[in-house]
Order: sequence, then C-alpha cells, then structure tokens
Amino acid sequence: MNMNPILEIKNIVKDYPKVRAVDGVSLSIKDGICFGLLGPNGAGKTTLIEIIEGILRSTSGEILYKGRHRKSNFRNEAGIQFQNTQLPEALTVKEVLQTFRNLYSHSLPLDELIEMCELQEILNRDNKKISGGQRQRLFLAIALANDPELIFLDEPTTGLDPQARRHLWDIVNHIKSNKKTIILTTHYMEEAELLCDEIAIMDLGKIIALGPPADLIKKSNSGHLVILRTEIDEQKLTDIPWAWNKNQDRIEIHTDNINECVATLIAKEIDLSTLTIRSQNLEDLFIRLTGKKLRE
Amino acid sequence: MMWKRIWTLFIARNKEFYRDRSVFLWNLIFPFFLIVALSLSISEDTQSLYKVGVITAANKPDFHEQYDSFKNIKYINFINFSSINEGMDKLKHHRVDFLIKPDTKEYWVSSPSPKGYILEKLLHSSESNLQNNFKKQTIAGIRIPYIEWLFPGILGLNMMFNCLFGVGYVVVRYRKNGVLKRISVTPARPFEFLTAQVLSRMLVMLVTTSIVYIGCSVLYKFEMRGSYLNLLLIFALGGFSMISLGLLIASRSSSEELADGIMNVITWPMMIFSEVWFSMEGANPIIIKISKIFPLTHLVDAARKIMNDGLGLYELRYNIILLLIMSVLFLIGGSLLFKWHKT
Repeated sequence: MNMNPILEIKNIVKDYPKVRAVDGVSLSIKDGICFGLLGPNGAGKTTLIEIIEGILRSTSGEILYKGRHRKSNFRNEAGIQFQNTQLPEALTVKEVLQTFRNLYSHSLPLDELIEMCELQEILNRDNKKISGGQRQRLFLAIALANDPELIFLDEPTTGLDPQARRHLWDIVNHIKSNKKTIILTTHYMEEAELLCDEIAIMDLGKIIALGPPADLIKKSNSGHLVILRTEIDEQKLTDIPWAWNKNQDRIEIHTDNINECVATLIAKEIDLSTLTIRSQNLEDLFIRLTGKKLRE
Repeated sequence: MMWKRIWTLFIARNKEFYRDRSVFLWNLIFPFFLIVALSLSISEDTQSLYKVGVITAANKPDFHEQYDSFKNIKYINFINFSSINEGMDKLKHHRVDFLIKPDTKEYWVSSPSPKGYILEKLLHSSESNLQNNFKKQTIAGIRIPYIEWLFPGILGLNMMFNCLFGVGYVVVRYRKNGVLKRISVTPARPFEFLTAQVLSRMLVMLVTTSIVYIGCSVLYKFEMRGSYLNLLLIFALGGFSMISLGLLIASRSSSEELADGIMNVITWPMMIFSEVWFSMEGANPIIIKISKIFPLTHLVDAARKIMNDGLGLYELRYNIILLLIMSVLFLIGGSLLFKWHKT
C-alpha cells in the first residue's frame, strides 16, 4: 500500500444561507485504502463528498489530488457512484455501460466490467427493469467504467436485502484488492467495519473521530454491553457502579467486567431471562459521539 | 475525443426517443391529425362565416322568395328553428349570429355582435336590389388554396412543439432525475452535451417533418412551388432556433412544472401571432411588431415564401438573418446559464 495521500482536504468550509454545512474539515486519504465517511443525516458528509467530487464549490479551503489542485485529469481518474440518480431511459444495461465507457479517454474492457460486477444475466434488459441489487451493481460498474484510481461509493447498499448487500461487499473487496482507493459513505456500521481501513465520523459539519475502526473502538473505552429486554424496576439500578441507559424497550449497561455485573444483577433479583451480552462496536461509539443513531 | 463523446450522447438520446413509442408516434400522428381536422372544417363546401337562424312557420315555405338574394349569399349557413324561443335562445348564446322570421318579415340581431351587424347590412343590401357600381375582377396569377397557405404554418407549429418541448422537457427531466449530475462527473462538457441534444433533436425534427410533409403531399396533393433543398434549409434553421430557445428555457430549471409554464407562455403567443392560422394584415401595428420577435413567425413566413410563392433564399435573407441571430443569442444565453445540477 502506498502511504502517500491521494487526496488532501484542507480546512474545507461550505456555507449556505443560515447554515454552515461543512465547518473546517481537514482530511488526508492514503492511496489504496478504503476510507469510510460516517455521520447522521444532515451531518454534512454528502456536501463534503460532493465538494471533493467537484460537484459543489466550497466556500473556502482547498483540495489536493495527488498533491496538486484537481484538474481535468481528476474526472478521467475518478469514478463516482451516486445513490439517487437515474439513467438515460430506454437503454439496456449494456448500452448504458457502453455510453458511459465512451465518455472517457481510457476505460475498462466491457467484458471485464460486466464480469467484475456480475451483470451477465441482465445485459439486454431495460435499465429500468432490474432489481435494486442489480441496479446498484450497474451503478458500481458505471463508476468503474474508466478504471478509476479513486472511487466514491455513496451508500452503495442502502435498501438492499442482506444477500444483495453481501454480494456488493464481495465486489467492493475485489476492487480493494486491485489497490484502488475507495471513499465510502454508509449508514451501516457493519459495512464500515468490514470494508473500511479508516473511517471519519462527521457531525454538525465537523469531523469528530478519525482513524481505523478497531483503534477508534479501542480508544473510546471499549468494553461490553449487558442488555436486558424485560421490564425491570429501574430503582434497582441506581447504585450499580456502571453507566447504563434506557434505549427504547431495553436497558443497556456498559461494563468492562461481565462477571461482576451479572453477579450484581442476580444479587438485586433482576430477571435475567432476556439477558444478552455483546462487545461494543462502531455503532455504540457512533451513538456515544453523536447522540444519534446513524440512520437518524 | 470530444466528437466521440458528442456521438455517444447523440446516439443515447436518439435511442431514448425512438424507443419511447408513444412520443415517437405522437410526433408523427399529431400534424396529420391536425391537417385532416382542418381540411374537413375549412373545405369550401362546409366553410361558413356566418350563421343565420330561420324561424320556419308550419305548412309554409321556409323562406320567402323575396329573400332569395340573401339566401344565395355564399358562406352563410342557414339553420332552421321551429320556434322563436329556440331561435332566441341560440341568438342570446351566440350560437347563431342573426335570427330571421320570413313570414312576418322580422329579424333579431345581438347589438354587440360584429357578425350580426354585417348580416343586417347584407340583408338590407339584398333587399334594396341596388345595382352594384363595382365591377368584379378575378385574381390574376397563382391561386393558393387556404389549405396550402395553412400547411407551412402547421408544419412550423409542429416543429415548434417538437423542438421546444422535446429539448426543454428532456433537459429539465435529466436535471431533476440526476442524469445530468451523473454525466457532469465524466469528462463530458456542457457544450458537448448540448450539441448532442441539438443534433439529436434536429434529426428527429427533420425526419418527422419530412414524413409529415410527404404524407400530407400525397393525401392532399399540395403544390410545391419552390426548392425542396431551400425548404430543408429553412426547416433546419428554424428548428435550430427553436431548439436553442428550448435549451435557454431549460438551462437552469429542475421543475417540469415551471418549464411547462414558461414554454406555454412562449408557445401560446407564437401560436396566435405568428400567422399560423390567419394573416396579421390589418392587426394592431404593435402586435405585428411583437410578432416579429418570434422565430416561428420567420420560419412560417419563409416556408410559405418557398412553398406557396416559389421564392429563393435571397428573397428570404431577412428571415434567414433574423433566425440566425435569434439562434446564436438563444444558444449563447442557454450555454452561459446552463447548470448541470439542481440548485
């Protein structure tokens, strides 16, 4: 992996009337990694991504691609997968791919693109008449049409069933294995943990956490969650030595000593028939940092 | 590479157009339908300028002999009513312009109606049986049937809708649904995208207009008095001008409703004041001057000069120059204002 940054984002600010969507964000994204940008809705991540992609202009700050300001080569070397755009109507999947390949001076061979994104079975189908998973794979193929060095994936698995999601993860992992740099925005923590080498958590226009997922979890007081889903007398928890919170219909106790915690609950005659225990994950970190769930 | 991208976008747009069967067929059928409907409604056998209601008394001839000269005036449609109430109701609601009861020698006319006034004068002049001091002359030279005069206007009208809505709507829809955003992140530039749209629509417009022209010529035996090549050039220039106007309208909006409203505001005055249906001779001079700013006025005027009068391009230089100027202005404006994305 080349440790030189492919992308340097320096103090980017984006102001809209009455709101600052991006507030002085600086990032450095190394060549060949998968970088995840996470944040609740309205955090400013789409604005930041669109500034990097060249769709929006920033109010201030600068972006360097391979150490220089982005020029016409950026469009030839970047592949962008949008989440909510449509495609020219009445074209087959194959025609869509050919159309977008022809817009670039350098492109991947069509057969390779089709094979990589597993589009063989739907090549002659109208692009409007394919399933959600097939559509995302087509969008991904369009983003890869120019054999890009830098790939932006905007929530690529949103709305997909678990099988289609795993299918897409396999393709993304294959792209990663080709030493491409990926910038991924996602609402799924599992996806970020699985695919990303580094993540940035964004809220209210700022980066509030940055680093490899495992390091972030470790640094942020890792431990376990003891979860109880039954109705219990909350008075019994007032004097336990661990932080706890009520999350919808369940009680979550944050502890680094499972044995002692469970013994205490038994001593307090709390019903443990629904008890589950799990390690803290990125989603817990996210909620702790932003106070929100990722999909809010 | 630039031409490859233009060609790619041109081909994609053409496929979109001809695979949308409903739009494709509508572009062909609409002008045929209009021509057939108009030719039926304006044929000399059925054409009438005035409608006169006649109250017929039972067991009596429907019209007294002394009114024969009035009855024989052309372009007046006489409609019999069996009761005066029925006739009065039609007159009040302007379904007829004039009401006459021959057996009692009475007539009624709606005082604010210009047609009623003319019919009243015609009735009196036919009654007085005066000798006419004027001697009737016939028109020398080519006699152009109304349908032949109308035909270039209908073609121009169809081109206007085809170009304005065909380009304007498509660009606005592309912007709204994100197709433009997707293209914008490729190396394709606005000029390349717009050129592809212009070329694609020009092709569609010229092909559909040619099919309609040939179809109508075969059906109605229109006489073409000028050069087909000149007509093709005028159609291409007029179409280019309309497409450029469509691109200007669609340069920023991402709302189909807004674009529709703007295009209606532009097309309706053109439809009325560009001499598609009737001549503007004798109209208010200000209206005549305003009509000259519409590309459709110059397109229809030039097409008529070729088709009806057999004139050459030199005689059409005024129309050609103005269409060129309009096209360039619309295209520059559209390019400068053009935005890939929703604002």
